Amino acid sequence: MAKRAAPEVNAGSMADIAFLLLIFFLVTTTIEVDSGINRKLPPMEESDEDVVIKQKNIFTVLLNGKDQLLVEDELMELKDLRKAAVEFLDNGGDGSCNYCNGKKDPKSSDNPDKAIISLKNERETTYKTYIAVQNELVAAYNELRNIRAQNVHGKSFTEMEANYKDVNWPGNKERLKEKIDQIKLEYPQKLSEVQ
Amino acid sequence: MSKFKKKKSGALPAISTASLPDIVFMLLFFFMVATVMRENTLMIENNLPFADQVEKLDKKDLVMYIYAGKPSENFKQYGTEARIQLNDKLADVKDIAAFIAAERAAKREELIPFLTTALKVDSDANMGLIGDIKQELRKVNALKINYTTKKGSVFGR
Repeated sequence: MAKRAAPEVNAGSMADIAFLLLIFFLVTTTIEVDSGINRKLPPMEESDEDVVIKQKNIFTVLLNGKDQLLVEDELMELKDLRKAAVEFLDNGGDGSCNYCNGKKDPKSSDNPDKAIISLKNERETTYKTYIAVQNELVAAYNELRNIRAQNVHGKSFTEMEANYKDVNWPGNKERLKEKIDQIKLEYPQKLSEVQ
Repeated sequence: MSKFKKKKSGALPAISTASLPDIVFMLLFFFMVATVMRENTLMIENNLPFADQVEKLDKKDLVMYIYAGKPSENFKQYGTEARIQLNDKLADVKDIAAFIAAERAAKREELIPFLTTALKVDSDANMGLIGDIKQELRKVNALKINYTTKKGSVFGR
């Protein structure tokens, strides 16, 4: 038998095959969401001692079944919540907080360390509204921390946290962590949820 | 003179498509690499709410997912009230404790304190259900939670 050269395979349809696969992957791809609002639940054990908290140090936020917002016994729109929370937290009523920029109203909170935001919702409240309220309250804390960080370290708090998480950040991470913790201590997130 | 005469050809030359497969393959590889296959098949509607103060969940393997929402089109027989889904199955609130225990057992012991529970809840669900879930999580001491949200403004959409 004479040796025949193998015939060349026609690669013209390669593109079609690749397209087919490409379209399959395009359709099946779902970009998974992996970000959200982190919270910590209170532990279960019941403490017997009742902690006495002054009424003026509590910022009550009530969400009813019709998704209406009642803040400190007054109806409020969601868009005003962040400002109200910032004003409450940054008040510094007793003068012990030397970094607060608030009005020092004696009827509002004493200092950010004592100020507590209490959030209460009903069973019929929709999740969407609840998340929106949570988001606004977290935003209020972040806003204050950002201002504080900007004044002390010349960088916003969110930027510092982003740097801390960034693997390629060249600076001293331990120092940065200390700074972050210091600011967290100055404006602690005290958000309690009533069941 | 005739040296500089342009070659006259009536039709345009055909564009070579020989490199088309290469381009398509490039795209293909990108999508193959970027694709994350879904771990669970969702039986519920899961339209996450929006928020802008979000933090990223960094350790994917240390996250337990709890889904909730109302049963989707194909699972109408389960009713229209929001339900919980754990691993491919619709579940009750009381199943959460067992689910958490199973997830914990699957992880190495030293990693257990770092486990986070991600709540992927439909934006139209009621807080009653979430309250029940949270209560159940407190009972089993799984206190780190994350409300998974899409990134966006809470007001306008």
